[in-house]
Amino acid sequence: MENIMQYITAGNIIFFILAAATLLFGILTVTSTRILRAATYLFFTLFSIAGLYLQMSYDFLAAVQLSVYAGGVVILIVFAILLIKGLGEEKEINKGDRKIMGIVAAIMGALVCVSFIAKCGFTNSELAEQIAEQVNMHMIGSTLMGTEKYQYLLPFEASSILLLACIVGSIVIAQKNKEVKK
Amino acid sequence: MNLPVESYFILSTLLFFVGVYGFVARKNLISILMSIELILNAVNINFVAANRFLFPEQLEGYIYTIFVIAVAAAETAVAISIIINVYRQYKNVDAKSINELKY
Repeated sequence: MENIMQYITAGNIIFFILAAATLLFGILTVTSTRILRAATYLFFTLFSIAGLYLQMSYDFLAAVQLSVYAGGVVILIVFAILLIKGLGEEKEINKGDRKIMGIVAAIMGALVCVSFIAKCGFTNSELAEQIAEQVNMHMIGSTLMGTEKYQYLLPFEASSILLLACIVGSIVIAQKNKEVKK
Repeated sequence: MNLPVESYFILSTLLFFVGVYGFVARKNLISILMSIELILNAVNINFVAANRFLFPEQLEGYIYTIFVIAVAAAETAVAISIIINVYRQYKNVDAKSINELKY
């Protein structure tokens, strides 16, 4: 009883609330038959994950998660749903066999992974608390823009090329075809 | 006292397989895209927890997560433009209806 009591702190209670919200809204995202509601549940899931990052005291990551995922990706998905006629109203009918297949795949995979996680003994680093408190923008910036070991300038530049290619590609793909089809 | 890192890993495992279920069971292309977002977020939680609790000296998982978020945003934009193009061709967005390259 004593060693259970020492885990009951404010941070851990917040973790359990956020984890429950993440899982609940995640399950609602994949089971909801109305797709606009599914997008809303996805938004709540991403929001709770941002809360998890805050609980781990990674503030910048929570801000990135909120602005890129909750602000960008979900809005994009909602726009796509609204652009596609009839998708917002009609209910999605699931075939039974796909559902059973999905449930079996998910449960088997989850069992395998959870048993592996339970088997491997991870030990938390002793310095975890005090180092996580010291992470600031200066450290993140020098990690992102440095060229030494454990610094990531090259992937940063590569991702800028990726984003450029993605802008051009999505414009070209979504463009209306002017020529008449044969 | 902090929770063991396994609690985060188990959370991300469960979220990952919720996404896998959605990927298999949904038939709508946009629902499949949302399931992929769930899967990517589960992986992100895993990266961040491993960085925060096991190897806090460097910010490796942190930076990886930022890159995953950037790639996921790019992927979503391209996927949605493909989906809108598919809708123009077939007038619906069911995964079953796109089978021209299948046979």
